[in-house]
Order: sequence, then structure tokens, then C-alpha cells
Amino acid sequence: MNDQTPAPAKPESQGLRNFNINFGPQHPAAHGVLRLILELDGEVVERVDPHVGFLHRGTEKLMESRTYLQNVPYFDRLDYCAPMNQEHAFCLAIERLLGVEVPRRGQLIRVLYAEIGRLLSHLLNVTSQAMDVGALTPPLWGYEEREKLMVFYERASGARMHANYFRPGGVARDLPDQLVEDIGAFCDPFLKVVEDLDELFIGNRIFKQRNVDIGVISLEDAWKWGFSGVMVRGSGAAWDLRKAQPYECYEEMEFDIPVGKHGDCYDRAVIRMEEMRQSTSIMKQCVEKLMRAENRGPVMAPNHKITPPSRGEMKRSMEALIHHFKLFTEGFHVPEGEVYAAVEAPKGEFGVYLVSDGGDKPYRCKIRAPGFAHLSAMDFLCKNHMLADVSAILGSLDIVFGEVDR
Amino acid sequence: MSAELEALGAKISGALLGAVTDVKVAYGELTLTVVRERWLEVAAHLRDSPDCLFVCFIDVTAADYPQRAERFEVVAHLLSPKYNRRIRIKTPASEETPVASLVTLYPGADWFERETYDLFGVIFSGHPDLRRIMTDYGFDGHPLRKDFPMTGFVEVRYDDEQKRVVYEPVRLSQEYRNFEFLSPWEGVHYDLPGDEKASK
Repeated sequence: MNDQTPAPAKPESQGLRNFNINFGPQHPAAHGVLRLILELDGEVVERVDPHVGFLHRGTEKLMESRTYLQNVPYFDRLDYCAPMNQEHAFCLAIERLLGVEVPRRGQLIRVLYAEIGRLLSHLLNVTSQAMDVGALTPPLWGYEEREKLMVFYERASGARMHANYFRPGGVARDLPDQLVEDIGAFCDPFLKVVEDLDELFIGNRIFKQRNVDIGVISLEDAWKWGFSGVMVRGSGAAWDLRKAQPYECYEEMEFDIPVGKHGDCYDRAVIRMEEMRQSTSIMKQCVEKLMRAENRGPVMAPNHKITPPSRGEMKRSMEALIHHFKLFTEGFHVPEGEVYAAVEAPKGEFGVYLVSDGGDKPYRCKIRAPGFAHLSAMDFLCKNHMLADVSAILGSLDIVFGEVDR
Repeated sequence: MSAELEALGAKISGALLGAVTDVKVAYGELTLTVVRERWLEVAAHLRDSPDCLFVCFIDVTAADYPQRAERFEVVAHLLSPKYNRRIRIKTPASEETPVASLVTLYPGADWFERETYDLFGVIFSGHPDLRRIMTDYGFDGHPLRKDFPMTGFVEVRYDDEQKRVVYEPVRLSQEYRNFEFLSPWEGVHYDLPGDEKASK
């Protein structure tokens, strides 16, 4: 805290001064490295000035001097709660410039893992939102399920978090049948856990008191502020990129879009809970499809100018060896042009604006992170709320500093 | 799809005579290049005109092309949830020429413009609070410009004697090696010295 001037002796004559406090950058409710300068009138927030950038790593600058393949892992490190969803947007952008079609099995695996990512992110967010308003148990329950999902990440890609699994043209490798079965076996017990979590805190009186009618935003404002994902759905728009602008094989998946009515923190928490159920249902559909014989086959586009040839091929074919060597030294060339590819990441619309000059490295790659737009409305959302509501609002915005600061 | 976008582009440039210098549809995306002086007017039309209704703000950013007379290209993305359409508008700018801020139309543009200012040095006129956002307090320079080295100019470390973090010029034990693996037979086109006429 700074600016702790002693209270004036005679408030009437000297005038009251607003109190400024420093929230963060090392505050447990700041969700990472956020620093908020709060101007308080009594306990009412007059103005919020978020300072971000403490985790700025210059990802966009670094990307300009690395090949496309070397750039994929940077996307894991943006929103580290749902790493593969970010990779997905980047791969879609490259694929659109290259005109590559992802094989059917690759698409199903991508959808499956994108939904696992959604569960990972929502589990963390909803439960830590409960923690922000005083409940300690939900995050412990949530982490248990996250751990299981991270094992699925690990079994597919070898890494618990920074997977580097989605690649331009498909996914890095096929899933073993046992893994697909295990993911299928995870789904139904998980729905039970969602029920438990729901009973644990969604209906809780204190949770409601702290979240209902807090941080309300109208739909019109939500659009203007660049909100997306749960933040607009909470305000009543049935807008989901998976339905509105379907990518991969989302078109054939059956799921509902939960929509809120009030646009407050509570609606957003309830929507995230319901989205977890819907994601589980999509995962089940994917598992069922992946087990079918007609959906076996390659997981990467067969064009070896873009995707690496198999190890076995490399032992026998000179051409495959050359392809492999060229791909991992020079990388591939992406035709000149610019695209904006967006996915429905758990936190909202995650977009990649990619400009290529025809070379093997991106000329410019802008990462449009949903959390950045959401956090920028902090002043708008917190104005005239109590100090204690700041952490509730922050929790419901679902921000992760990896993607806000990039 | 692309015919529909072309029709929309033609309609917008017809409604705003002289403001749109180029309409392009590529990869299923509509891009309008806009005269800088009418940037705000175009954005207002896109937001309010009944057949556009791009009410959702997505992104403002820039790209640096040092070889151009006006080196920056400010790029904004908008979304129309009603028509389920996206649009991209661009305008050229230089270090000195300010671009009108979109904050009055889309409050969400605030931080995106601050970021563009911070990382590129593009100036937005009418922005309420054009401060740096991403870089360190007291940072000098605009890192996403192409003439800014990837390794930067300063590095920080904790100095045990002074008991504080100190800034020092970057010292690399080995020069940063920028590997150019471009094959001579594919990739970026370049003129061989003395062979400039061959490609014309």
C-alpha cells in the first residue's frame, strides 16, 4: 500500500482525499502478476488502473525470427491453462494460408483435445473463482480432475502442459487405442464430479451473495469492449465460434450453448459449469467416432513439404530423408498473404493474425488474446463496486497472464 | 461466400466515396484499405450502417514495413455477430502521422491502441490515455519495429551490492546467429546482383 497520508483532522474544511491502494503484483487473488492501482472512496472503488506487462516476453517479436514449426510451442505458453487450444488457432492460420486439409482422424483428435483444454481451463477458473470469494475446498477438488486430464495430455504428447501436439497439417502423432478408451472412461465419472462441484458451491448462499449482480455488463457494452466467449454468453448472446463459424469437425458434434440472462459474475460461473458438461458430451462423441474403423488413418496431411515423414519411411526412402532434413532446418514456406484465424478458446475468442511474406518465418504474427480485452474493461466493470468485489470480478473474467502479457 | 464479401466491400466503398482505396477478398476474408484521414468515419459506418453492424471489436494492431514511405500499416479487425461476418480495415501511417483513435466508438480499443503505440510507436490521436502498457516502466524504444533487434538493448539482473535490480547493456557471449536456410530455388524471391532485368 502506498500513499497512506494521515487522515485530516477536520474533514469538512480540509476536504477528504481518496485512498489509493496497490493490489498486486504479488497478491494471491491477482491471478498472477497483475498490479491494480485502486482509487477508493471509503470502500467504494472509484477508478481501477490495471498495470499489465510484468510477464511480457515479447512472443510476437521472437516469432518473427523463428520458423513456423519452432513457433508452435510459444502458443502453449500463452494461456497455460489450456495449451492446445492456442496451438489450434496458430495451426488453423497456417493451414488456411497453405490450403492444407487436416485428415479426418486428425480433426477428431484436435476436437477431443480442444475440449479437454476447455475442461482444464474451466475447472481451474470456476473453482478459483470460488476461492476468490472465500471457499478453499473447490480448487482442491478441481485440481484432482485437472491432474487426470493432464495425464491425458502427457500420454498423447509427452508433456503435461506444454504439449506442442497440434502441428500445421494435423497432430504430432496418433493416439493409442487404450488412451482413447481411458478418455471415454473418464467422461461419465467426471460428470458426477461436476454435479458434486455444483452442489458444493454453485448453490451456496455465500457464493451467491458474493457473485449475483456483481460485475454486470450489458450485451451491447460487451460487444463494444471486445468481449467474447463466456463473457458475451453471460450477457445473453448465443454466440459460440464452434457453432457460428465452425472449424474442424465441430459441425457434426451435438452440443448446446448455455446462455446467461443477467451478465453478472454468477451467470458466468454457471455457464462455465454447464460448458463443462457440454464439453464432456463432445468428448464422448469424439471417443465414439475415434473408435470406429472408418475413422482410422493418418493424423497428418500427407504433404511432406509441410509435415514430417514417418520414421520408418526415412530409413528406406532418400526423398523422405531429404524432406525431414529440409523441414527441420529450413522449415516450410507459407505463401504470401494475411489471415485471421480464431478459435473458441475456453476464455473467449483466441485469434491469430498472421502475415506471411512467402518465407519460412512469419513476417508478423499478432496474437489476439481474449483475456487482454476482458481485463481492459476492469475499470468499467469495477466502478462503484466495493473493494471486495474486485477480486470476484477478476475471478469471473478468467484471465491468465501468459496470454494477457504475451 | 467471397462473392458476397466482394459485394459488401463494393457497397461500403460506394457509401463512403473516396475513403476506401482498396477492396480485397483473400482466403475468404474481406480487407478494406482506408484513407488515414477517414479512418474513424469508416469505422463508424461499419459499426452503425444497418447492412454492416460490425458491433464487436476484435483487434487493433500494426505491421511494420520499413521500406515503405509510411512504414506502418495499422490493422483493425471487427466482427458482426448479426451477419456472422468479419472484416479487416487497414490504413498506412508513419512515426509522425497520427491515426484517429477508435476509443470513442469501441471502448475496447483502448488497450489495443496502447499496445500498438508501445510496441510500434504509432500515435493515436484522441486516445484518452496513450501510455506504454506491455514494456517495462521507463522502457525506451518500440520493440516490434523491424529495426529493433530481437535481443534488445538492455538486460536486468539483481545486484547484490546495491541490493536492487540494475539495467545493463546486453552482452552476448556469442553473437545471435540468424540462420537463413532459404533455398535458392524456392521461397522468397530476390534479384541476383546484376540480374535485375531478368525478372522484369
